[in-house]
Amino acid sequence: MSVDALVPSAIDGLMLGFVYGLAAMGLTLIFGVMRVINLSHGPVIALGMFVVYVLFTGAGVNPYLGLIAAAGLGILFGVAIYFVAVDRIINAPELTTLLATYSVNLMIVGVATSVFTTTPRAVDISLGSVGGSGVTILGTHAVAVAIAIAGAALLYAILFRTRIGKSIRAVANNRAAAELMGIDSRRVLALSFGIGTSLAMTSGALLSTLFSFTPLSGATYEVKSFVIVVLGGLGNPTGALVGGIVLGLLEGVSTVFIPVSWVPVLEYVIFIAILLVRPTGLLGARA
Amino acid sequence: MIRVRAPFLPALLVVLAVVAALPLAVNNNSLREELFLMFMLITLASSINIIMGYTGYVSFGHIVFFGLGGYFAFYLMQNFNAHFLVAALAGAIPASAIALVIGVPILRLRGAYFALATIGINEAMRTAINNFEPFGGAVGMFFNFSVYDTYGGARNAALLAYGVMVVVALATVTTSYLIRRSKFGLSLMAIREDQDVGIDPARAKVVAYVISSFFPALAGATFFFKNGIIEPGVAFDLLRSIESLVMCVLGGTGTVAGPIVGAALYEWLRGFLITTPALANFQLFLAGLLLLVVVLFVTAGLVGWLRNRYPVLRAYIQ
Repeated sequence: MSVDALVPSAIDGLMLGFVYGLAAMGLTLIFGVMRVINLSHGPVIALGMFVVYVLFTGAGVNPYLGLIAAAGLGILFGVAIYFVAVDRIINAPELTTLLATYSVNLMIVGVATSVFTTTPRAVDISLGSVGGSGVTILGTHAVAVAIAIAGAALLYAILFRTRIGKSIRAVANNRAAAELMGIDSRRVLALSFGIGTSLAMTSGALLSTLFSFTPLSGATYEVKSFVIVVLGGLGNPTGALVGGIVLGLLEGVSTVFIPVSWVPVLEYVIFIAILLVRPTGLLGARA
Repeated sequence: MIRVRAPFLPALLVVLAVVAALPLAVNNNSLREELFLMFMLITLASSINIIMGYTGYVSFGHIVFFGLGGYFAFYLMQNFNAHFLVAALAGAIPASAIALVIGVPILRLRGAYFALATIGINEAMRTAINNFEPFGGAVGMFFNFSVYDTYGGARNAALLAYGVMVVVALATVTTSYLIRRSKFGLSLMAIREDQDVGIDPARAKVVAYVISSFFPALAGATFFFKNGIIEPGVAFDLLRSIESLVMCVLGGTGTVAGPIVGAALYEWLRGFLITTPALANFQLFLAGLLLLVVVLFVTAGLVGWLRNRYPVLRAYIQ
């Protein structure tokens, strides 16, 4: 392929990167605050897709309104997951929390596949496109980027401009000390899990407007989120957003030079290399 | 130290051997198929127990060695007409050599970082082999039926595979027991309890990882020999990897009998759920629910719970 393809591929990848980054911010927030790798992340992303799908096909609700519903449901759902599966074992070793969140993964996938089967679905929406001279930007992509940026900005506003955000950062920094300062760490942990889940579902909702999906689609994005989170440093939301953009760009640009089927190999090799060489991520550790 | 040693290992091996002989005695092929799978799962769960249960390193992507052993052996059988037994060993050795090469750097990582790295390695391997033409790429490889002629037809080949799988499972269990009772095992458990103690922890971890990679590789070679077809998605199935962790936890990590009990229970339960029409659709949901209950309330697993509840059993059940 030629360099002419480079610019549109890069733009495509970049835009997708914002959406990936949004999901990864959810994963990294949960890890940063409570040191839990949330293995139910993928199915939660898929749930976000299906909230939009059900509202859209069932009640004709605009996908972007459905997205707001998905974000709201995400908070409630995440808090529920926290109290059911995580609260009791929050101080247990990694294996325990990995398996607990994985059991949630199995339950969601089990219910979702029996309700929706694994037939691919799509939310049929078109917002036209803008551009010219070889570069076309689909309306849905542009809106997805805008919403992803808004979501990230909202997370920052919550974390750095509100009292509850201050509590979240305090608990992430040192839970025991935060408790000594009178912070109810259980509530903060539950809320953080809720926000993380909400980010994942929002990202899923956005993805549903871009690609077709099944209840199992979450798995692909879950692995991408892992790669991104490691790129940006586990527990670092800024890193996750940057990591998402890097991964998106990489995916877009690399297809110009190597066959598409080699792209995931490249991603995983980078993933392992960063874990080995710089486990704190490219931006360094910061909770 | 327990002074009076109950003959735990011989008793366990006898029980397993009797179970293994059962389908041959009553000439029941479907039972043999089920037990083939069960002994494979015992191998996978017991191997993972060596690195996870004893050493405390959660190897999430351990199935990578199952896949590699399967691919190497399959390649030798298909392209060089190697006998299955030779191919299985010749396939497992490079798989373990790979474990050595990747084990040295990734075992420096701890906790969640290690778990993530093992997932990454499995996925990297799966996607790479997806593109690797000598191994058939995404389509994989499949036998010509004449391959089985060497062994007296497909039926006898399946019988051979069953026998080998049983032997591999028994060897895994024996190794697991010997490690647990040895000084080496003590140094592994010291690493589990506290990273920085133990006798040459860096070396002990790698040795444990290499041992725990060898048996899954043999199991993979046997499984795909019998299967007659191998493809990346089946060989490097992360779900199967996680399932073997689940079996380990279900039975009790760090015990010899735990992974066996867990594997048998998990397979029985799955069979029950799939064949019960009312529950078939909710099979995954119920599996998840069960796992959650075990993780939340029976942290030590069944065998661990028994040992804690009735300390007298500790002399008899390892």
